[in-house]
Formats: sequence, structure tokens, C-alpha cells
Amino acid sequence: MAFTIVASCVNCWACVPLCPNQAIQVEQPHFVIRAGSCTECVGDFAAAQCASICPIEGAIIDELGKALNPPGSLSGVPPERWALAQAEIAAR
Amino acid sequence: MDLPVNEPSPRVVAGGGAGSCGARPGQSGGLTDAIRARIEDHPCYSEDAHHHFARMHVAVAPACNIQCHYCNRKYDCANESRPGVVSELLTADQAVRKTLAVATRIPQMSVLGIAGPGDPLANPERTFEVFRQLAQKAPDIKLCVSTNGLMLPRHVEDLCRYHIDHVTITINCVDPDVGARIHPWIFWQNRRVRGRQAAAILVEQQQLGLEMLSARGILVKVNSVLIPGVNDAHLPEVSRVVRARGAFLHNVMPLIARPEHGTFYGVMGQRSPQPVELQAVQDACSGDMKMMRHCRQCRADAVGMLGEDRGAEFTLDRIETMDVDYEAAMAVRREVRAEIAARLAARRASGPTPAVSSAVLRANPQVVRFHSRATKPAAPAGRPVLMAVAARNGVVAVHFGHAREFLIYEASAAGCRLIGHRRVESHCAGAESCGEAESVLARTIELLVDCEVLLCARIGYEPWGQLAAAGIQPNGEHAMQAVEEAVMAVWQQMLAAGKLTVARTGARRA
Repeated sequence: MAFTIVASCVNCWACVPLCPNQAIQVEQPHFVIRAGSCTECVGDFAAAQCASICPIEGAIIDELGKALNPPGSLSGVPPERWALAQAEIAAR
Repeated sequence: MDLPVNEPSPRVVAGGGAGSCGARPGQSGGLTDAIRARIEDHPCYSEDAHHHFARMHVAVAPACNIQCHYCNRKYDCANESRPGVVSELLTADQAVRKTLAVATRIPQMSVLGIAGPGDPLANPERTFEVFRQLAQKAPDIKLCVSTNGLMLPRHVEDLCRYHIDHVTITINCVDPDVGARIHPWIFWQNRRVRGRQAAAILVEQQQLGLEMLSARGILVKVNSVLIPGVNDAHLPEVSRVVRARGAFLHNVMPLIARPEHGTFYGVMGQRSPQPVELQAVQDACSGDMKMMRHCRQCRADAVGMLGEDRGAEFTLDRIETMDVDYEAAMAVRREVRAEIAARLAARRASGPTPAVSSAVLRANPQVVRFHSRATKPAAPAGRPVLMAVAARNGVVAVHFGHAREFLIYEASAAGCRLIGHRRVESHCAGAESCGEAESVLARTIELLVDCEVLLCARIGYEPWGQLAAAGIQPNGEHAMQAVEEAVMAVWQQMLAAGKLTVARTGARRA
């Protein structure tokens, strides 16, 4: 079992020092989790550390591809409201 | 100067909130000599200094441990000057090299700050490595840090160790219910904490950190973001509380929120405050504490004088090729500082604001001066007038059409005071993404509608006519004069012409 960091990661470093397994590697274009090292923090913490500080919705996913921080869960912006704002900006 | 100041309720800090600084600011209606001496070359803290000294921020702190509704960690745009936005993240060594290069090329540089783009104290290794090296290599540069305060109590000792001179804490509230509407979550003790509980922890740590810093004699400025309908009514209370805990300056800044920023407030349609609203809240807070009116809400990688950004001259590839002889640079800086100090002293002695004695001026540099209203002399003839000034380095030096910002001064019988600055361009200069139908001139007029006079070095025929038609009298007669002299000269002229005993005429209301 292991989490994965995907392309929306902004390389903010917040997760790197928190990982109990030092599984997060600093890479370009975005940081990655070494699958072999990740334990999803089981046994160390009640909540996965990377996903608990990550500021970007959807940037970390589990083995099923499910976002640990789904849209709207961090910013508080409902996804439909976000889509509307993007459409308005595009229409200008 | 003794001013009626409401003393805070019983002192919160045992052992002296002002630490080694002697009398508490506020007790004497101004700052102590010790504090004044410590801020006189700091452009962000001293209104006088900001015309003459430069500062820089190094972006070494990417990680953050809280979420604010006015922040979006995704964006980096060269046209953006919001705090927290940054183009190039630096390692500690790169940051040190950049600092030394800038301090060599810009000898007015007096201050190095770490302000993000995340929270400096959420990146303690990088932040303190920069401070450690600079304390050694550039001992004449003042070091400061800006933080959300969550990890502050834990790092107070580190801040003392590297002789950090000033700390800025962003405190938007002291009430967790208000805080929950600004900060949706924090990372605390290995978990994400949300809502009111998160805000309560943040408020507690901020206040504790503030007390600890004050007790150790580190100067603390508090920044608050004014969010209409969220904390506007609450900020006077924030001002009162942080002053009681030892903050020496309170800086109320306007929210910057647009949909294209992708922030919660931007997307959800939270509006930013109008200049007059900002001023009203600043005035409401200043009864309690010294206010800052010259803040420019710099980017976390800003370089140069306030209001300008020379970051592009000091990108990583460029500083690699710069020769840095630091000893020589330090000698140059000593000279430049002495020269600026002499110029400022001479200006204070000559008294730029005629209605106030030079002794009062010496005792009260502008940024820390309480309202001139509170000290109004016996015979106030003529009403106060707002004037917009296109200035550079404290001089009326900018062509109207080239001005990116205007300083707003209030002139009255009590002298003149800076009450703020207004940017002419929108925060995002990219016309494609941020363009609006209104012309730049129309927007400028809208922004300055409460001003009666516009002082600039020169101005074109067309804008002259439109400004005059809107009741804003352009004035190019004081080009290259010191701003305060020019403002007071115009006010005296208006007074002599009998314009100040009657209400403003010809004003177009917004």
C-alpha cells in the first residue's frame, strides 16, 4: 500500500519533513512518493501526514486513485462554484 | 506630547512587554527613543525611512501550515504583487548569495525579510540557516521575519539567537468565530484541524508568541487583512488586544480578492474594501495604536524600495555573474546611510509641516505619529484636504501618466499626514486576463475621487481636463519638491485663497 503524488502538486515541501519513512522525493516536475517506502503512516500516525498538510486538493491519491483531499475539501469552494468562476473568466 | 490614550486593561505580560525598551509605546503617545532608533532605517516600519531605504524578501519558505481564504498556493504570476506570490524558490545558500548581491548593487538596502511564500516558521531549517549566515556575513543588515504565528512560541528562542530585529505576525482576529471564516484549517500536532477549533488554536498561539517576543524586547508589528463583512468591525478589538500584549505597530491592509486568483474569497465573490473603507477602519484602530499607512503588501520575493520591485534584476542566473566584494559594499552602505540620516535630520529640523514644532516632529516620526486630529492646535483655520501625490523617494517626481501608485496625504492646520497609497494599475497587469472595459484614466479618477488636489511632476492636457472636471485639481508646480513641503504649500495657498473655509466644490461623488 502506498499513496501517490500527482501532477497538480506545487512542490511546496510541506509534506517532505513530515513523512515518517522519508518516502517523499524532491523531483521535477513534481515531488514523488517512493511506493516501496510509503506505509500510509499506519502505525506511526492516526492520519497520513502528507495528506494532512497538503494544501492542494487532489494532489495525493490512494491506490484506488481516490483523492485523499477531494475537490472543495480544503478550499471550501464548492466544485460547481469553482467551475462557474472558471467559465466566467474564460468568457472574458 | 501627551495624548489621551486608553490604556489597555491589566497588563498581560508579566515582566515588561517592552522588554529592554523602557517605557511602553503608547504611554507617552509615541515611541521610545530606543524603538525609534531601531526602526529609523526600516522602510516597512518607518514612513520616513520608506522614501530612502530599500528592503528585500528572499523566498526560501515554501511550506505553509495553515490555509487562509485569501491565499492560493497554486499561483505564481509575474504580474501579481500579492504577498505569498513568488517566482523563484531559493535554497538557503542561494538566498544568502542573492542578499549579498542586492546589498552590493542597492546600497540603500537596510533590511532582509523572510516572508514566504509559505510560512517562514513552517520551514525553520531554511529560514534559520539564512539568518545564521547573514548574521555573520552581513551584520549591518537588519533581519526580519513575517509569520502566521502558529509555530511562533516554539521558535522564539531561535529568533533571539540570530538577533532578529522585528517580527511581523498576521493576526486577522482574536475571536475564533471570526477566525473560522478566514482560516478553514491548520496543521497542528500531526493532524489537520478544521473550523472554529483550528481558529482557536491559531489565535492562542499567535497571542502567546506575541507576548513572548515582547517580553524579550523583539519589536512586533501586527498585520491584519481587512475583509469587509468578516472582520471589519472586529479589527479595532484586534488592535486593542495586540497592543496590550506589546505589539508596537498595527498595519491594516486591504483584502486583495479576484476570481482569477483562485482563492476562496476571490471565487466566492467576497469583495475587497474600498480605499475609504480601509481608511475608516485604520482610523478606528488608530485610537488604540500606531497605524501604518505606507505598506505596499509586497511579494515574498520583492526587491528594492517599497512600491518598486527590482526582483527581475536579481534572478539566480544573474546573481551568479555578479561580483560581490562585501567589505567594500558595506563601506559604501555606511556612507549612503550616513548621508540619508543627515538628510532626514536636516528635514526634521527645518520642519516640513509648519504648524507643528520641530521638537514635536523629532519626537514623532510620521509613521508613529498619532492622529494630527488628536493634537490639533488651538486655532485650526481651514478644513483638512486630501491630496494625491505622484512621488518617488519622497519627492514629487513622477509624471501623472507614469505613476503606478499615488500617495494620499491629508493636509490640515496640524500639518500633513500620510493616510495611504493607492495603486493605479490593477494588481494583475496582464491586460488579457485582468482587463476591464473602463479606461485606466477613468479608473484612476474613480480611485482618487475623494482627493481635491493631485500633485505630480507633469501631466498631459487630456487627463488634466478630466481630473479637473471630476473636482481633482492637478498641480505640477511643485515638481521635484519634497512631498510634505509641496502638500503643505498647496494647502496654505488654498487657505490664503479662502477655499478652505467653505466646503469642497466641484467634486464628483463616487
